[in-house]
Amino acid sequence: MFEAIAFYLFAALTIVMFTITVMTSQALYAITAMAAGMIFISAFFFILGADFLGAIQIIVYTGAVMALYAFGMMFFDTTRDVVEKRTNPQIVFVLGVLAAIMVVAIFVAPVVSNNIQALYPIQENIGNSQAVGMVLFTKYLVPFELAAVMLLVAMIGGIVLAGKKMDKSLTLMNEEDILSMDDGFEPQEGGH
Amino acid sequence: MDVAFIIETIAKIVVILLVFSALAGLGTYFERKVLAFMQRRLGPMHVGPFGLLQVAADGIKLFTKEDIIPQNVVKPIFKIAPVITAATAFMASAAIPFWPQFTAFGYTVHPIVADINVGILYVLGVMAIGLYGPLLGGMASANKWSLISAARSAAVFISYEVITGLSLLAPLMMVGSLSLVDINNYQVGGITHWIVWSQPVAFVLFWIAAFAETGRTPFHLVANDHEIIDGFGTEYSGMRWGLFFIGEYANMFFISFVIAIIFLGGFGDGTIAGAFQLLLKVAFFFFFFLWTRAAWPDVRPDQLMWLCWKVLMPIAVLNIVVTGIVMMF
Repeated sequence: MFEAIAFYLFAALTIVMFTITVMTSQALYAITAMAAGMIFISAFFFILGADFLGAIQIIVYTGAVMALYAFGMMFFDTTRDVVEKRTNPQIVFVLGVLAAIMVVAIFVAPVVSNNIQALYPIQENIGNSQAVGMVLFTKYLVPFELAAVMLLVAMIGGIVLAGKKMDKSLTLMNEEDILSMDDGFEPQEGGH
Repeated sequence: MDVAFIIETIAKIVVILLVFSALAGLGTYFERKVLAFMQRRLGPMHVGPFGLLQVAADGIKLFTKEDIIPQNVVKPIFKIAPVITAATAFMASAAIPFWPQFTAFGYTVHPIVADINVGILYVLGVMAIGLYGPLLGGMASANKWSLISAARSAAVFISYEVITGLSLLAPLMMVGSLSLVDINNYQVGGITHWIVWSQPVAFVLFWIAAFAETGRTPFHLVANDHEIIDGFGTEYSGMRWGLFFIGEYANMFFISFVIAIIFLGGFGDGTIAGAFQLLLKVAFFFFFFLWTRAAWPDVRPDQLMWLCWKVLMPIAVLNIVVTGIVMMF
């Protein structure tokens, strides 16, 4: 009974939070509601006994992804409402509904046709994180390694893009040097 | 799920909330006294014996102060931000074993609210969410200084999460479990079995990162003192500001518990002596937070980032690689 209560409570909360995220025109409401919604999703993992995935959901989505969104929000005046440009609300509505129906169909189709099987059932003597590790390093080893390589590529790319002039500290330079840095900058310099 | 379990859990939650809210208040008293003695002052002396009732006076002041909501702020977010800081600090404590299990009146009590098998991940993850308090508070404040401070504190928190995570990986590889109870039981053989002897590098890294995660001096960029304002808390008054404070002090206690359990043997074999040793270790780590504040100045933001990404992170990664090689052969 408690599981049912918890499920419906968190389902309702999640839906409310993501509705706020989509509907509001205030950027801070959107980001707070989305972060809260991500935490409420982790509740489903905990209800299902997948503690590891629940904790990872909190760390990755709320701790890392949403925090990066928040950094993006620093570029806006968050105390003012965002004015959206709605040129054709009908098309947006139709496309949105179609996309929603499609997503629901994709997830419901295997459930309706009873095609879902638990290939890796929970074993009594093995902990949650161990079970995830076993599946990850046997069946899903190649996708896992590919994702790792992709992340490495993204990290190196990020460092290369952001790393220009990294050997100079703006806080340690005086004003004239900073101003003259812009016009006197050559791509080849910096190797010392 | 029976009724006794629910009552027990609620009782534990209430006890933890009351004890650590009170400790957060007392923590401010200890901080003032320790700082005062290190600076050859007396600290609070006038309210009660040795100024002990200063805590009550501060509490009354905070609770009865007018709760000012400035113009132009985003009201709901501005109001909820301090609650996030305080709430996440206490939520994180749900997976910390504060004390070995003991039997009172024929009833065995486990002094941990939820003994989940990914305890340390949960504790660090929820503590990391505490960054939304300063972040949202600063962004909703309609104050440029608050906003800058919010951005800076978010950058510090996110960067140092990397250090906490990576430095913990090596000891976790040795223990083979993410549960804080298992980590404690791994070191049950006494002082020679403590993880700090086999993982001294991870211990130091995690300790340094703990200062950044709790926003304490020398990484006190969260509320930048040399701007003569209180960072993201500039626009806050009364109990809302007090909630930020309670969150910070509760976090200091909880991270002290985590360090003591992971690296210094925790409560050992679970006897009363072991339990009191755990409290002593926690008291030392809490004292060390205050000691550092008295002894060291703040570092600059760029030095902080340099330390994180160019010094601590490579050391943490090397530590993991070395641990892995040693464990393999």
